[in-house]
Amino acid sequence: MTRDTTDPHAPVARDVASAHRPVPWRRLVLWLLLVLVAIDFAVVVARNPNFGWPVVAEWFTERSVLGGLSVTLGLTVVAMTLGTALGLLIAMARLSRDRMLNGLASLFVWVFRGTPLLVQLIFWYNLSTLFPEMSISIPWGPVLASWNTNDLITPMTAAIIGLSLNEAAYMAEIIRGGLLSVDKGQYEATDAFGMTRWRALRRVILPQAMRSIVPPTGNQLISMIKATSLVSVIAMADLLHSVQTIYNRTFDVIPMLMVAVIWYLLITSVLSVGQRYLERYYARGERDSVQSAKIAAETPA
Amino acid sequence: MNAVVAAQSPLVRAIGVHKSFGDNEVLKGITLDVAHGEVVVILGPSGSGKSTFLRCLNHLESIDKGAIEIGGEQIGYKVSRGRLVKLSDRAIAAQRRSIGMVFQQFNLYPHMTALENIIEAPVGVHGVPRDAAIAYAQELLARVGLSDKQDAYPRQMSGGQQQRVAIARALAIRPRLMLFDEPTSALDPELVGEVLSTMRDLADGGLTMIVVTHEIGFAKEAADRVVFMDGGVVVEQGTPDRILANPTHPRTQAFLKRFLG
Repeated sequence: MTRDTTDPHAPVARDVASAHRPVPWRRLVLWLLLVLVAIDFAVVVARNPNFGWPVVAEWFTERSVLGGLSVTLGLTVVAMTLGTALGLLIAMARLSRDRMLNGLASLFVWVFRGTPLLVQLIFWYNLSTLFPEMSISIPWGPVLASWNTNDLITPMTAAIIGLSLNEAAYMAEIIRGGLLSVDKGQYEATDAFGMTRWRALRRVILPQAMRSIVPPTGNQLISMIKATSLVSVIAMADLLHSVQTIYNRTFDVIPMLMVAVIWYLLITSVLSVGQRYLERYYARGERDSVQSAKIAAETPA
Repeated sequence: MNAVVAAQSPLVRAIGVHKSFGDNEVLKGITLDVAHGEVVVILGPSGSGKSTFLRCLNHLESIDKGAIEIGGEQIGYKVSRGRLVKLSDRAIAAQRRSIGMVFQQFNLYPHMTALENIIEAPVGVHGVPRDAAIAYAQELLARVGLSDKQDAYPRQMSGGQQQRVAIARALAIRPRLMLFDEPTSALDPELVGEVLSTMRDLADGGLTMIVVTHEIGFAKEAADRVVFMDGGVVVEQGTPDRILANPTHPRTQAFLKRFLG
């Protein structure tokens, strides 16, 4: 009003730099409600004697539980490492122009992705019923070495073989997708500079493919930690198996399962943090927004 | 004596090069010699096969018929017990190591800084000690006017700056031949000049260059010879003065008329 009287041509629009942010009352109320519900739920769970929190506390760091935990972690690391390495080779084979390599890799993925992991584990564990003896020999010639299959296939080796091969099939597809996501021009540049296939893959292609490989691999790793609980069927004493052994004796089913649940959640939380750092590392040169904004400002238009 | 002979024989020799993609014959017998130190600019409308021809020279594309020779060595093939056989991937990679290439889309490695981009091939492929490679890379960055960008990632540079880094990267392998595949086609108009002036400096420095481009101004100023291609054949070639000012072939005339107005 005062504006109009002093200068009829003054603009209505005012500088947005002086703008205030409206208070989001409805959001705040929702948050408050949510926090209240969460606190209430936590109190209910904590006070409920059926959860047996003292029992959880008592067994949480018990020796056999920690032993089971280390088996779970160890199996995960070994199976994931072997699975990823084999998966990389299979992904490369699937992308090669060689018909034979391509066919073999596809067959591998088809078999190990197409059957339940549980069946695969039982199969490897019972390999001796199919092949009681394994030997290295020259075909139709002398036998160089021979083993009893039952001596080779312990629960541990069966678990490692089963989990690794299954993981390899999934990782092969994840890595193949990652390699396909890299711009064709990058492959051409490495070719034009006379890089060998391996060097191009290691130095140029994989680091870029990692951006799309890491997130699903994080998923795989977390599934793997839980999938290792399947090895209890072949008498491997992993985390789940060790708490089961305890509650079969004490009948504290829920408290002992809570022990396992808390451990699983702890491990996956740590891994998620690791994944975030890994993703940030492989995004370098991509989303350096502060620095690129600075450079854009310096560059005359 | 040998040096004189070598200087007289062409560095690049393409003889009757044919190339098809499926039923589409893109190159219909290209014959072209390029002398040491010569700057050849290939002009032609889109789809004339000029980029494909360039990519055949370092075997990014295989050819169906004819032969390509660089520095007296046949590209992609060798003679073994009197028969011509295809080279292994490894041997083809070795042949490419003396040929620098600059791409339309730059194709810098996005996860490496400008300096890392430039030293990658010298250190990893040519076995140059890291310190020496870095020193030379810095010299090259200075030459393309980007000393202050050595630690920048490609995303943080303008298109023109990226292409100049790509040129420095190709020079870092001390190539005896440089191939430019439409180096300014992906650039905003105001950034074309900086890349062309870098290329002009290289041409003046005596580097052997084959440039596929639409920049007729560059052809006029920097080329020793202009080759006009259309429909998979070389329509005519000669000095820039003759081809650009007095083209004899009607297709060249039509092309130049469209570009020069």
